[in-house]
Amino acid sequence: MSIHHTLAIFSINKFLGLPELASEHGEMVDHMLELLHWFMLALFVGWSAFLVVVFTKFRKERQPKADYHGVRGHATTHIELGVVIVEVILLLGFAFPLWAERADDLPTGADVLKMRAVGEKFVWNFQYPGLDGALGGMHMKNIDVATRNVIGRDMKDPNGKDDFVKGGTMTIPLNRPVIVEVTSKDVIHNLCLTPMRMAQDATPGIRSHFWFKPTKTGKWDIICGQLCGPGHSGMKATLDVVEQKEFDDFMKENGEEARRAAAAPAPAPAK
Amino acid sequence: MSATAATPDDLSHSDHAHEHPKQSFLWKYIFSTDHKIIGLQYGITSLLFLLVGFFLMMVMRWSIAFPGKPLPLIGTIIGDNWAPGGVVSPDLYNMFGAMHGTIMVFLGVVPLGFAAFGNYVVPLQIGAVDMAFPKLNAWSFWLFLIGGVMMLASFFMPTGSAQVGWTNYSPLATTVQYLDVKNIFFTGQTQWLLSMIFIISSSLLGAVNFVTTILNVRCRGMTWMRMPFFVWAMLVTGFLLLLAFPPLEVAAILQLFDRVFGSSFFLPTGLVEGGRHLDIAGGGSPLLYQHLFWFLGHPEVYVLILPAISIVAEIIPCHVRRPLWGHKTMIYAVLVLGFLSFIVWAHHMYLTGMGTVVSTFFQITTVLISVPSVILLTCLMITLWGGSIRFNSAMLFACAFLPMFGIGGLTGLPLAFNMIDLYLHDTYYVIGHFHYVVAPGSLFALFAGIYHWYPKMAGRFMNETLGRIHFWPSLVFMNLLFGPMMIQGMAGFHRRWYDGGMAFEETTKSFLWMNELMSFAAWGLALAQIPFIFNVFYSIKHGKKVTSDNPWQATTMEWDTPTPPGHGNFLHEPVAYRQPYEYSVTGAEEDYQPQFLPDGAKPEDKLTHAGH
Repeated sequence: MSIHHTLAIFSINKFLGLPELASEHGEMVDHMLELLHWFMLALFVGWSAFLVVVFTKFRKERQPKADYHGVRGHATTHIELGVVIVEVILLLGFAFPLWAERADDLPTGADVLKMRAVGEKFVWNFQYPGLDGALGGMHMKNIDVATRNVIGRDMKDPNGKDDFVKGGTMTIPLNRPVIVEVTSKDVIHNLCLTPMRMAQDATPGIRSHFWFKPTKTGKWDIICGQLCGPGHSGMKATLDVVEQKEFDDFMKENGEEARRAAAAPAPAPAK
Repeated sequence: MSATAATPDDLSHSDHAHEHPKQSFLWKYIFSTDHKIIGLQYGITSLLFLLVGFFLMMVMRWSIAFPGKPLPLIGTIIGDNWAPGGVVSPDLYNMFGAMHGTIMVFLGVVPLGFAAFGNYVVPLQIGAVDMAFPKLNAWSFWLFLIGGVMMLASFFMPTGSAQVGWTNYSPLATTVQYLDVKNIFFTGQTQWLLSMIFIISSSLLGAVNFVTTILNVRCRGMTWMRMPFFVWAMLVTGFLLLLAFPPLEVAAILQLFDRVFGSSFFLPTGLVEGGRHLDIAGGGSPLLYQHLFWFLGHPEVYVLILPAISIVAEIIPCHVRRPLWGHKTMIYAVLVLGFLSFIVWAHHMYLTGMGTVVSTFFQITTVLISVPSVILLTCLMITLWGGSIRFNSAMLFACAFLPMFGIGGLTGLPLAFNMIDLYLHDTYYVIGHFHYVVAPGSLFALFAGIYHWYPKMAGRFMNETLGRIHFWPSLVFMNLLFGPMMIQGMAGFHRRWYDGGMAFEETTKSFLWMNELMSFAAWGLALAQIPFIFNVFYSIKHGKKVTSDNPWQATTMEWDTPTPPGHGNFLHEPVAYRQPYEYSVTGAEEDYQPQFLPDGAKPEDKLTHAGH
């Protein structure tokens, strides 16, 4: 049972329509979001109650003469201190560790899947490492539509010989850490994986990384989160989390085909 | 002290008043250098811009609620180019989106809060004859107007107006309306940059003027701590504009170079557009633009809010008849807030990918800035305690400001934290958050300011009944419009979708129905502004006449002037004798002790008129 379900009978996250979660670290993100909203609600209810009392008790009709001194004592200082303490807890207890884990503790080991997402108007291209598990290089300079090098793969890189690129669907295996290198070839896009609680700007010329570990199989929308032109609101892809076996078949089939294609003489550029 | 008596400090018969021959209408009201006229010019212009920005949003809300359906009447007027068959096209939606943001922020709320109220009220509150640099002040307005007109004219370019959001991120801002245009100069994107240069220059002149005026032209006795909070907030706002806007001006100029002269400040090597590499040198960075933009962008948020908070801080003590609680604390808080606002900008950029050190720094500063913000809000609320509240229109708006701005502030909290922001960034949660800050927050405070100072400007009150018909529906519709945004945002609705999320049905299906509710609320909100617009014009001639220069029995210096104040403002040399908010002083006979009356003098209701 997840933490926030045991914490609260009434979940603000649920009330606000937070969608299904499907990643490991997302548990903590949702938990923090739930805590924050309870904190916000407490403050708001407190303020509102105060205002309701004030607006009824201190109307001119009931209180013809105002009091010069008003509130005495240190209640406000205490409230302010309370706010600071909660914020410090949120920072030290949640925000810093969560981010350090994302930014510094990138997973290593054989079960890590490394892949690349390259945005363009208005589709997503996903490059997979193929059978060797290593991604080939990439630079926008190599992009050549004539030879169908749509994302600018480095064709001389030995790691890239069995790499393959798929548009539209991001297929990843269940319960394995995925490191995604995110970039773009034209304008800034944003690879937004709602159920994973992850998003990353795809900025041309910049290689950014994010990683997560999917915990559920299923298909979800991939949203482009950054205005990229008139087609922005339809820039949709599919996130497909599959069982390990299915993923192995997917990699094998496409990786072997890519290897065959690389061994064959390069196609002459269509004039 | 009677204004008609020829006392030594009586300025109405001094040389000053006689230096000016009778001015023609043109010089008195159009090319005026009088801070009050310039304030009114700014006020009227920015209110008109607010209407334009609101209109753009109403068209967008149609597209969101009824994508693909022809927009009645207006769709036909816009024409087949941008609205084929009356249906709002994605291009049109993006144009209106970009211009809604630009107009509301740069041409609406900032000029209304800072330039209009600041110009009218600050010199009066510090007992000055005018701003320090009256001609610079006029220049500021005219540059602003040129920039605004250019911005509006850009709708009629062959390419239409700018269309990549008010943030105008490179490379999209550079490569849109680029390859397939006849003349790069006459494109909406280029015009946006040019008019921004005018607008920024205008606000720099304004900022210099405010800072100098507040530092140098205060009247006798107006010590630092006797300055009303409004003046303090304007001083801080002036510094924010002065120091934060130049980087954006630089960014605009560099982007203009990228667009027009083929440089690559913000364009990386190998950039592709239309399936081909662009013919550029490359080597630039899109991130640089974002840093320059948000270095302004965040202080700009406080430029939107500080005038609003400080207007409320003027109105509440006056209409609850007790001093502002924690005047000094609020001053220190606003100074800290101003400083911190310069070092939080990168929280708008968590999505770009950030190292641990940088993100830790910006998370800390962002959380820290909530402390002075909470102090300001708390002080305003505590001021109400023990008061004798008069619920007139000004006070209704000021009171509603408190919880509404509270919602805006609170919903900012989750966004301060990096990992949560990754999820919520660019969703409607963010849109809801900042609209709560700026619409029922800032705008309510600005409405309150108009109701509060109108009697000084016009010599008549605004109609109270119309004020209530303006207030209650506005409050309800604002919440129906912005409240559901939080829910949609949590569900994953992203901004800048012209179809309101139809394409992502898997994600959006549960809350798609809210789009219609919110759109109707937006149109209802528009109707709720009609009584206000009518009231502003109606009350000029038909409002209840004031019977005193100080109709609210307020304590600050601006109520010591004739109604309306003439050129040169005060009829005698103004002197500040005490703290600005001495209401209901224990043991005093009257419930207010104006700043401008010496000890022992009794405040009296008298109506004076300016000499000319």
